[in-house]
Amino acid sequence: MSDPQDEVRAYTVRLELVDEPGELLRALEPIAEHGGNLLSIYHERGNLTPRGHIPVEVDLEATPDRFDGIVEALREAGVNVIEAGQERYSEEVTVLLVGHLVDTDLSDTLSALRAENGAVTDLSLSAPEGVEEVSSARLRLQTEQGAVEDTLAAVRSVAKQKDLRVVEPLAPGGEA
Amino acid sequence: MDLAIMGTGTVGSSVAELAGQYGHRVTAMANVDAAAIDPDGIDTAAALERQRTEGEAHIGDADPADVLAAEYDALIEVTPVTLSDAEPGFSHVEAALERDKHVVLANKGPMAERYADVRALETESDGEVRFEATVAGAIPVLSTIEDYDPGTITAARGILNGTANFILSRMAAEGLGYEHVLAEAQDLGVAETDPSFDVEGTDAALKCVILANVLAQGEREYTLADATVEGIEDVPGSALELAREDGRTIRLIGEVADGEVRVGPRLVPEHSELAVTGTTNIVQLETENAGRLNLSGRGAGGPETASAILADVGRLG
Repeated sequence: MSDPQDEVRAYTVRLELVDEPGELLRALEPIAEHGGNLLSIYHERGNLTPRGHIPVEVDLEATPDRFDGIVEALREAGVNVIEAGQERYSEEVTVLLVGHLVDTDLSDTLSALRAENGAVTDLSLSAPEGVEEVSSARLRLQTEQGAVEDTLAAVRSVAKQKDLRVVEPLAPGGEA
Repeated sequence: MDLAIMGTGTVGSSVAELAGQYGHRVTAMANVDAAAIDPDGIDTAAALERQRTEGEAHIGDADPADVLAAEYDALIEVTPVTLSDAEPGFSHVEAALERDKHVVLANKGPMAERYADVRALETESDGEVRFEATVAGAIPVLSTIEDYDPGTITAARGILNGTANFILSRMAAEGLGYEHVLAEAQDLGVAETDPSFDVEGTDAALKCVILANVLAQGEREYTLADATVEGIEDVPGSALELAREDGRTIRLIGEVADGEVRVGPRLVPEHSELAVTGTTNIVQLETENAGRLNLSGRGAGGPETASAILADVGRLG
């Protein structure tokens, strides 16, 4: 097992920027300089924070050590960091459910999963025999790093309550 | 080496046919109805021809009950698999070991259901027990584990039933339903008239239980009751279609890891090494010092399984 301190994780940082040219670049530089890998930037122009600034959400990957350095560097650069360090859902797992999905209230199944530790981000349903018959669904669930087994346990438990069959991936993330 | 063959079905007949090619001699062979015994070596071709044309009772004029007491160095136990007390296979093994004879099995029953009993008898005997052919037919899985040392293998998984794999891979490739493909498999002789042993996952589970016993090295005994088993009968075509859209497919996977034995349909990447097609079997071994090993090939069939049996005979002391 690798040292958790060396493990790259996904983080979300929420910043607020003054609406001036060059502000966004000034905020992103410390991230790259301190070993962060930028995944996405959501720049909400048009939305303003209560203080009249522009909210920006940055997703990045870094080791926990480096992430601490990034936040420190952002603050030293005068960037207002509203929220940092909240670990995002960063692992995905795909499962199939088979059975009377529609009759057993699919949306209730999804709510139950959400309540139990599995946010469903994508769903495909196939019911070639009609909704009264056995159908299949492919679910992509997001889960926190290292929590795939918990999410699968949640899927099993919800499926059992509804008498549905689960086809699990062989390995977390489906890599085998 | 002189061989006594208990069971003259597909596998037993192939052993009898091929034994000479490997430098061995068959001195006794028996089915339920009759036996042929000759300490100087049976004319196996003639005996099998009689069985084929006139029926099992005509394989020879000896009593099957006398085979265990006949002259031989190794007993080849290839009677049909039975669960629970694994009889009559277990008693055949017992009788041979008590006479200090070697035993080579293709019958999974005794090694899956009474592993500790067989090993205890072996300890008391000058005879040795080998059972390569019980797991994945022609593929040298157990001898690889033995060579690597079971203690250095951290997990084993794979596709251990050709019938179930044929059905799932045909369903995925042709978009056909389970019943349709099963009927086709029966026509081709890939599935038996009663396919339950294969499609319910029992056969794959027995092989996994044997793997678990070998990997546990006597620290724990596994039987079928320790395995979590699901079959493929209620996997609909729609599930395979949804898997395919996502670059995956469904295979009946047996897994031995962390003290657990599990068999069931699982999602695997469509192009992974595990996703073999047709009746091919594959076993993946996770090793401590050498990463992953993939062993694949034919997991069933007369000459294939006989090859594994005769390889075991060659390994005997």
